[in-house]
Amino acid sequence: MRGAGKTGEKGERLFAAVLGLAATTAVTALVLIAFFVCREGWPGLERVGLLAFLFGRRWDPASGVFGVLPQLIGSFYVTLGALALAIPFGVGGAVFLAEFAPAWMAAILRPAVALLAAIPSVVYGFVAMNLLLPLLQGPTGGLGVSLLAGAVVLAVMILPTLIGVCEDAIRAVPAEFRQASLGLGAGHWQTVWRVVLPAARPGILAAVILGAGRAIGETMAVMMVTGNVYVIPRSILRPGATLTGTIALEFAYAGPEHQRALFAVGIVLFVFIMLMNAAAQIIARLAGKGEKAR
Amino acid sequence: MRTAVLLAEGAAKAMLWFMAAVTFFVLLVIVLYVLGRGLPHLTPGFLLQMPREMGRAGGILPAIVGTFYVTVLALLVAVPVGLGAAVYLAEYTEEGPFTRLLRFGVETLAGVPSIIFGLFGAAVFVYGLRLGLSILAGGLTLALMLLPILIRTAEEAIKAVPGDYREASLALGATKRQTIIRVVIPAAAGGILTGVLLGLGRAVGETAALWLTMGGSILRLPRSLLEQGRTLTLHLYILAMEGLSVERAFATAAFLVLAVFMVNTAALALLARFARRRSGG
Repeated sequence: MRGAGKTGEKGERLFAAVLGLAATTAVTALVLIAFFVCREGWPGLERVGLLAFLFGRRWDPASGVFGVLPQLIGSFYVTLGALALAIPFGVGGAVFLAEFAPAWMAAILRPAVALLAAIPSVVYGFVAMNLLLPLLQGPTGGLGVSLLAGAVVLAVMILPTLIGVCEDAIRAVPAEFRQASLGLGAGHWQTVWRVVLPAARPGILAAVILGAGRAIGETMAVMMVTGNVYVIPRSILRPGATLTGTIALEFAYAGPEHQRALFAVGIVLFVFIMLMNAAAQIIARLAGKGEKAR
Repeated sequence: MRTAVLLAEGAAKAMLWFMAAVTFFVLLVIVLYVLGRGLPHLTPGFLLQMPREMGRAGGILPAIVGTFYVTVLALLVAVPVGLGAAVYLAEYTEEGPFTRLLRFGVETLAGVPSIIFGLFGAAVFVYGLRLGLSILAGGLTLALMLLPILIRTAEEAIKAVPGDYREASLALGATKRQTIIRVVIPAAAGGILTGVLLGLGRAVGETAALWLTMGGSILRLPRSLLEQGRTLTLHLYILAMEGLSVERAFATAAFLVLAVFMVNTAALALLARFARRRSGG
């Protein structure tokens, strides 16, 4: 390193150290988020008791009763409903884009899907309030406000994630697989169904888990159409509440004890998300290893 | 047998076309509906006027200013950190347990829901550091949320810079730091800018985290970063949920959609140009 004197070397080392510090920000932020949400929420959990909190059927902040079962079930319903609606279209759309779409059409569809992902969550919620709820008035026998409405909005919102990650997975299937199948006389669709999709299964599974994680964590759009009613929903056509909606709706007006309970809801949400993220990353890594081994 | 196979092929393809058509149709309906009902009310006066009667009348100027402040603040904090992290990951480390940990952090942070960021921001910035509900607290929270996308896009852009560039610079006697600052980052600028634009689009659309950290109940032009502020998304949420003005809510939604589309289209166009140049066309 000619020309780099003592101060130069010091500068180089300092530069590298600063960059290294910047690189640890994401991990540090993650740890801090976990720490602070737990620190604020733990007293709430301890006071109510973990089991009473998770399986309590009543959420009534005014009388200091915090049972989160209605929201847990609500989040579960909207997420499952969204996945049921979105998976066929997500996987189908990905197969279409990767295997069947003419180039000009893919050139229109891909940016369109990217734009779908860019529309803000409140806009989705607002559109759903005006377009979707009137359509659901008949089936729900009310205002249309229901867990089903939340599921439909979420399905649209997670579609871009599903299509994107699934398409990557399908494109990662080696071309020889297709050629071998086509060479044996199989049709294009037969090849996709019997060869390509099975080979892409880990990637598709990772996409579904990522989509589920986004659905559970989504807040504004869901809160605007589900009604935020704290009862155990008897059907997906009834109004309900979600974990995220409870936090967003009540936090601004909550007293100290109530806020601790909302942080405790945050802990529950965070644990779910971390579990799903870990599962998706492990599956993705296994899929990557499988590819290398081939 | 043969006809059965052909039939199945045809049916499957028809099904896939149908699914793609439905997906496209849903997007079209959402966008046309928002623009159709919002554009007629989206006048220059609407953008430049103060709201009156809680937003029932008048315009959205404070929401535009609030969005601008919080977004610029978040990018000012997040872009240098994200770029630094990306340079470190791309230029200074071998793949190993440490980089895997760093990458796990980035990937996992990207999956943390915005309401959790909101709780964190409330606990640390609003109460812990006593910033109160403020543009500053909102901007810092938002900065953390933007980190993953900034790091990922910048790292890809830096890795795409050909090795010859670095070797040429080092051979001329430049240090690694000089090479990175004078050669690698300028060469990767297009990709880095794409990431910044994508982050900007996300920041403009963010709501839940800002609801918990920035407030949004004050409807005047913010005079300092320590005041509450209202973004366009918060304004739309409040107009919609309190039933204040349907036309103004639609006009706000249309403005949001147009803004986000312009930012994203610019990002995609930039990415396309960048990719073309890289492939030598």
